[in-house]
Amino acid sequence: MIEEITYDGTPTISKPKTQSVALKTLIRVTKYTAVRLLTMITTVVVSLYITILIANMGGYVDTIRIAQIREDVNSKMAGNPALRSLTIEQRASMSQTQIQSRIHALGLDRPFAIRSFNFLKNAITLNLGRAFNMVSNSGANSVRTIILERLPPTLVLFGASDIILFFIALVFALGLSRKYGSILDKIAVALTPLSSAPGWFYGIFIILIFASVLKILPFGGMVDSPPPSSIFLYILSLLKHMILPVMAYTLSSIFLSIFSWRTFFLIYSSEDYVEMAKAKGLSSHAIQNNYILRPTLPTIITSFALLVIGSWIGAPIFETIFNWPGLGRALFQAVGLFDTPVIIGETVIFSYLLAITVFILDLVYALVDPRVKVGG
Amino acid sequence: MLKSIKEIFRYPTVIIGISIILGLAILSVYAVTSIPYSKAISLWRASEEDWYKNPKNAGPVWINWFRKDKLPETIDIRSADPAAVRTVKETTKGKVLTIILPINYTYDDFADDMSLYFQSTFTEKAPFVGLTWIAPDGKETRLGSFSIDTKYTYRIDQDQKVTRKLNNLVATKGLFLPNGDDETSYPLKGGYKLKIEAITFDKLSDVSTELVVYGKLAGWAGTDHLRRDLGVALLWGTPIALLFGLLAAVGTSLSQLIIAGISAWFGGWVDTLLQRITEVNLVLPFLPILIMIGTFYSRSIFVILSAVIIFSIFGQGIKTFRAVFLQVKESPYIEAAKTYGATDMRVIMQYMVPRLIPMLIPQFIVLVPSFVFLEASLAILGLGDPTLPTWGKIIQDSLSQGALYQGWYYWVLEPSFFLMITGLAFSFVGYALDRVFNPRLRGQ
Repeated sequence: MIEEITYDGTPTISKPKTQSVALKTLIRVTKYTAVRLLTMITTVVVSLYITILIANMGGYVDTIRIAQIREDVNSKMAGNPALRSLTIEQRASMSQTQIQSRIHALGLDRPFAIRSFNFLKNAITLNLGRAFNMVSNSGANSVRTIILERLPPTLVLFGASDIILFFIALVFALGLSRKYGSILDKIAVALTPLSSAPGWFYGIFIILIFASVLKILPFGGMVDSPPPSSIFLYILSLLKHMILPVMAYTLSSIFLSIFSWRTFFLIYSSEDYVEMAKAKGLSSHAIQNNYILRPTLPTIITSFALLVIGSWIGAPIFETIFNWPGLGRALFQAVGLFDTPVIIGETVIFSYLLAITVFILDLVYALVDPRVKVGG
Repeated sequence: MLKSIKEIFRYPTVIIGISIILGLAILSVYAVTSIPYSKAISLWRASEEDWYKNPKNAGPVWINWFRKDKLPETIDIRSADPAAVRTVKETTKGKVLTIILPINYTYDDFADDMSLYFQSTFTEKAPFVGLTWIAPDGKETRLGSFSIDTKYTYRIDQDQKVTRKLNNLVATKGLFLPNGDDETSYPLKGGYKLKIEAITFDKLSDVSTELVVYGKLAGWAGTDHLRRDLGVALLWGTPIALLFGLLAAVGTSLSQLIIAGISAWFGGWVDTLLQRITEVNLVLPFLPILIMIGTFYSRSIFVILSAVIIFSIFGQGIKTFRAVFLQVKESPYIEAAKTYGATDMRVIMQYMVPRLIPMLIPQFIVLVPSFVFLEASLAILGLGDPTLPTWGKIIQDSLSQGALYQGWYYWVLEPSFFLMITGLAFSFVGYALDRVFNPRLRGQ
């Protein structure tokens, strides 16, 4: 496929002459997506299996399962009026045989190598068992319910933070790359070491300044208590509570992102074809959008993907500092309560979140990287 | 090489960074030598004997440098001190001891708490003591009178009889207010006296006492809710943070370098396998898994450190190193080594890995802060080593005690300050080294 340079300066891939070329592109993109999806599924399965191996090194998963069976059997027997007439010993031996048979039925007496695949199946299907102490807002103790309930706050907070960070960093990086060597650029480079501190660390300072000293924004939480009844006020309250965490998150990542993305832009703007475009007298706007931004975007998206992954991983501590009722804080609470099923369930769900993030950014990558579309 | 070193020192940030790192190293050596490991741990376990002389949640003393009205520091006076006056009168059965403890109070705010610690020896009947407080203006106030055991603590602020006598003001306030005036918010400065009259019931019996007027400031770092001197944890946090950061960074980057070398050199299935492992590692939730390990197995700093290194090895560093190794692999000197029959391991370890050391050093220095902060993060999640005093533990304590709501800012800010300067120092040096050793943008 030959590139043509049109007179307005944009390099265009020669227009598909027949329907079959468009079809080929579609097939190529679909194939790429399918391959990525398959890779990602394999990766998640392997990662979940590793999680199970780590969790079970001390036999914890087994303990949970057996404890659950015992509780199940005992509560069923206690609630059965037909068994009232039996003596305590009879009932105990009856429950014992029932527990044993269920342990056998679930294969808990089989070797771990075989059982681990059972656990894997449960983890993949999010069949995560019941929590010891924690309950969901509705009072259920199913780990899946607890986790799914905490998912939206986490997605809202980190989704908003990541999007805001992406655009601020992109605008600044592009601007600074055009003013290479200026005072502003030098300041931005000098500020890069500030990114060595994580978001929660800035969170402490920001809470201290805006909540403790100035008393203008809340210390933490997601909405006012009690939550406002109208949707409009609810959103307003949510936004108010989001200011500090988003600010802390942005502060911790922005300087390094600006620095590295600026460097990517500089590398691509020293390419020969950019010089060529300049020599032809194209507007700087056209050069920036078509010759610099376009080829740099895939690299930036890879770097952004790592950032988003880092933010998911840091969620437990970040949400704890801001008292944000999301997945991360649930994990912190689970540690405090020693709620093993929730801890394992959280690890599983974070695995999924990371994989989905990588997959989505892979798709975006496919959209912006022409090599995927044209096959390069 | 010499030229590069000269060039590095052209950056002012490098000089700042190196000075801070050196300072921290000296501080570490001082911490380890002045407070031995076992003592640091036992101090941090907060037993009564170690810290009873410290006030709770007191700020650092240097706060007074910036204040016009000076906050009180702790006053501690014993009956054995030369300033204390002690008279003994023998009676038929025992003795009458009079101890006068002088207190020179020069602060503009009231003390935090007051306690009197007694120790006595007796054979049958415990000595009986009566206390009188004498203000600088001569006003006398009778405090409690009671019999004391071999060990007895009298907490003056908690004596309801005294509080009632002082118009419902606690002793630390009521005893220090100017005579007849409870509207003023400033204590009367000057020499106070506490007169302790003890009657013993046998000749060999003896009483010694210690008065502690707890201030609102204590030590160069202040204290926490368990009266512990934060200075101990700040000092001891330094070697722990540096050791954790450096070991994790060195372990991670060196392993990455070697694995990347193996991956690039052998290629084929070895390369594919290592690349797949990197991909799996990307979706392994690092912190939750560390939390799992910390909760289920062990919170020992060495277990956590090993886990951190293992899960960090297959990170992005491997990809970067591998890309460079793929170029290095084609160099003529590698060809030469192969021709004279160097083994694979020899080529990787002796010819390829050393080539990337200049790339490794900045990367490893930049990594240090992230591990220092990771250790603090784990401590805040309650997964720090249970015995060690660390910076992260101080932050955890302060947050769980609501220091931000209560205005005990020093408690949060001091460990944060140490974390921040450590982070900045290593990044300053790392980024500058990166620019000198890997001049991607030179000549732009």
